[in-house]
Amino acid sequence: MNLEEVYITFLNESRELLEAMEAALLGMEGAPDDPDLVNAVFRAAHTIKGSSGVFGFDAVEAFTHHVESVLDRVRNGELSVTDDLIAVMLACRDHMGDLVEAAVAGADTDATVQATGRGLVEQLVNWLGQGAAEPVPPTPDDRSATASDSAVANSCWHISIRFNPDVLQAGLDPLALLRFLGRTGELVHVEPVLDTLPPLDAMDPEVCYTGLEIALRSDVDRSAIEDAFEFFRDDATLHILPPRAPMDEYLALIDALPEEEMRIGEILVRTGALTAAELDVALGRQQQTPAPLREPIGQMLGEAGTVPTEVVQAAADKQQRAREASRQSIRVDADKLDSLINLVGELVIAGATTSLLAQRRGDEELLESNSVMTRLVEEIRDSALRLRMVQIADTFNRFQRVVRDVSRDLGKAVRLEISGGETELDKTVVEKIGDPLMHLVRNAMDHGLEDTAGRATAGKPEQGTVRLNAYHDSGSIVIEVSDDGRGLNTDRILAKAREKGLVTANQQLTPQEIARLIFEPGFSTAEQVTNISGRGVGMDVVKRNIEALRGTVDVESSPGEGTTFSIRLPLTLAIIDGFLVGVGESSYVIPLDMVIECIEVTDEERAEHVDAHYINLRGEVLPFLRLHDLFDESAAGHGRENIVVVQYAGQKAGLVVDALLGEFQTVIKPLGKVFRNLRGVSGATILGSGEVAVILDVPQLIQTASAQAGTRAAA
Amino acid sequence: MSGTRNTETLALDGELTIFRAAELKTLLAGLSPRSALELNLEGVAEVDTAGLQLLEAARRAAAAAGAPFRLRTASPALIDAIRLMGLHELLLAVAAKEERA
Repeated sequence: MNLEEVYITFLNESRELLEAMEAALLGMEGAPDDPDLVNAVFRAAHTIKGSSGVFGFDAVEAFTHHVESVLDRVRNGELSVTDDLIAVMLACRDHMGDLVEAAVAGADTDATVQATGRGLVEQLVNWLGQGAAEPVPPTPDDRSATASDSAVANSCWHISIRFNPDVLQAGLDPLALLRFLGRTGELVHVEPVLDTLPPLDAMDPEVCYTGLEIALRSDVDRSAIEDAFEFFRDDATLHILPPRAPMDEYLALIDALPEEEMRIGEILVRTGALTAAELDVALGRQQQTPAPLREPIGQMLGEAGTVPTEVVQAAADKQQRAREASRQSIRVDADKLDSLINLVGELVIAGATTSLLAQRRGDEELLESNSVMTRLVEEIRDSALRLRMVQIADTFNRFQRVVRDVSRDLGKAVRLEISGGETELDKTVVEKIGDPLMHLVRNAMDHGLEDTAGRATAGKPEQGTVRLNAYHDSGSIVIEVSDDGRGLNTDRILAKAREKGLVTANQQLTPQEIARLIFEPGFSTAEQVTNISGRGVGMDVVKRNIEALRGTVDVESSPGEGTTFSIRLPLTLAIIDGFLVGVGESSYVIPLDMVIECIEVTDEERAEHVDAHYINLRGEVLPFLRLHDLFDESAAGHGRENIVVVQYAGQKAGLVVDALLGEFQTVIKPLGKVFRNLRGVSGATILGSGEVAVILDVPQLIQTASAQAGTRAAA
Repeated sequence: MSGTRNTETLALDGELTIFRAAELKTLLAGLSPRSALELNLEGVAEVDTAGLQLLEAARRAAAAAGAPFRLRTASPALIDAIRLMGLHELLLAVAAKEERA
């Protein structure tokens, strides 16, 4: 792992910790006395402080230290959780996020961010001043500013390093390390620790027996010193104590080193790290603490801010391990996953070719073995696709904060209800659905919900509710954003649409059709543009974004009761189960999830319906389309026609085809730009024979069929 | 003083590094521990931790046997390395005057 990768790990971990911190803070609003939540917030801050210290991200470490101090007092019951405190902590959390991103990017934070930081620190310091009057205990991070009584007088860095026996064989030379360190500052004292050096005749001349205790006078920061040890990261145990470190750090060091306590003490005195008097105090204190009560060394080191082992790498690893222990998972590069899915796609196509050949030869055994392989390929396909599936919960939970902030801005009391968070969908889709959802949620709060007075008049509870819900429905995932507000004002929408020329004055529309007008480009009823949702981005953009994901969006509203937006998205963007049909000379694929049944059409029936655009399906009016006519296929002569009944979002239609060719695993290949405006087609795929088949856009076809049947019926 | 003690003199040059460590160890360990040891190291061009460890081990072996140990000559590179590593006893062995009254 190189340094860059370690940084990326740090960044990802930090982001997750910050999310956990935010979730816990929001939870505290409802349960201010829950110690678990306070601890969760504290832990997140503490871990970020610790790892940023290890990485030498001083700005992050310094700021987070203040946050941690306040949280510590909350944890100890010295400060109570108030709305103000939570608000400041949320702001701090955001600032930490900014600092972390900047630190990893190696950039300086801009003036605004710095000003925010200063403001926050001021507020935090105020909080520290409250409550119990005892002074804030000095911490390692403040040591340069406030040298406390317990800090040692030594003004040099103290570096203690024990090499692994095989470093010399690995081509690493501690002597070279010293030369390098000598360039970062003045090597005031170097004390070799050769306690393990065996007698001459017993020694292995290629093993490293040398340890070093170093006093370094230097103005550089911790990270610059750590850089010197980069090559030894995996090959040595390293402790770095800053100038005027607290005595506790030396205690921990003495504890951690393999040599005898007194021996180390002598060395420390000799290097000038401790004075003899300080050593006496230190060792005296060491013995006062009864052994069982001593903190584990690791913890002491962690708290003291030293670097326990193998510096950067270890810290990153450890943090990751701790997390993985709680949730068994591994990180996989998204690119690797994509290439796996691509390969599986190719495998599906190759499998189809083999199937076809086996069928043509009529080789029973080959067919048999091929069917087993096909089943396995299907399973691999499903598993591979599932790897890309993530729960939508994380996306949903992010809105807690949005709802909280927006409700404060608007002065409305709003509660966010989340359900169906465990519903899984493709990661690509999850990433792209955030913006449309954000728009819908903000919109629901701003326009959907009445203000507090309005709700009281309407006899509703003062607190409005916004709901996020997700569930699976026949090969799609449905995400709903609903509110219990005033509902859409259909009169106003209609008036506006007429004014904008979207509908003619005498056009009769159902309430549902009127509601859908809000998705038309350039439509916005907001009488006043607010900074919440009226940013010039209309519902048409939401609709376009969702359609880009092969999804649809619909709205339902009942006056006075609320509005529900339903987003319907395909589960995956890569491979589907298809139903292959023949029309004329060509083959077409219908997504199998949308196929309900197939009906045979007899010649008599055909004669009966020759001009109609709907049939009677067990007493139901079923509009249908002849794919023949639609795609201008040459007539296939006689033979029976079949109707494939398809359904999408509660609407049905029939598609008239010549032949039913059965199920087919379909790898979706996008169509080129030329075909972008083609209606009724959503993509293409390659058949086992190598021919290209078009994938039908069923939602579009259903709409066309309904529209045709409607105009016929009206005519 | 004790005129009975033999003095072994050894000259090493070139690299005093891990690449020759095994060979050097055999050489040093093969010397009689009771003899006074004088090393001529003015030809040492390069030294590393392995080399320094060997010198320190040889010095300790001599000290344990009560035999004098002296670096009669040492190249600047070697002296630098000894200083850098803080091996004070070796440094003293460089400075030590011939043990003759």
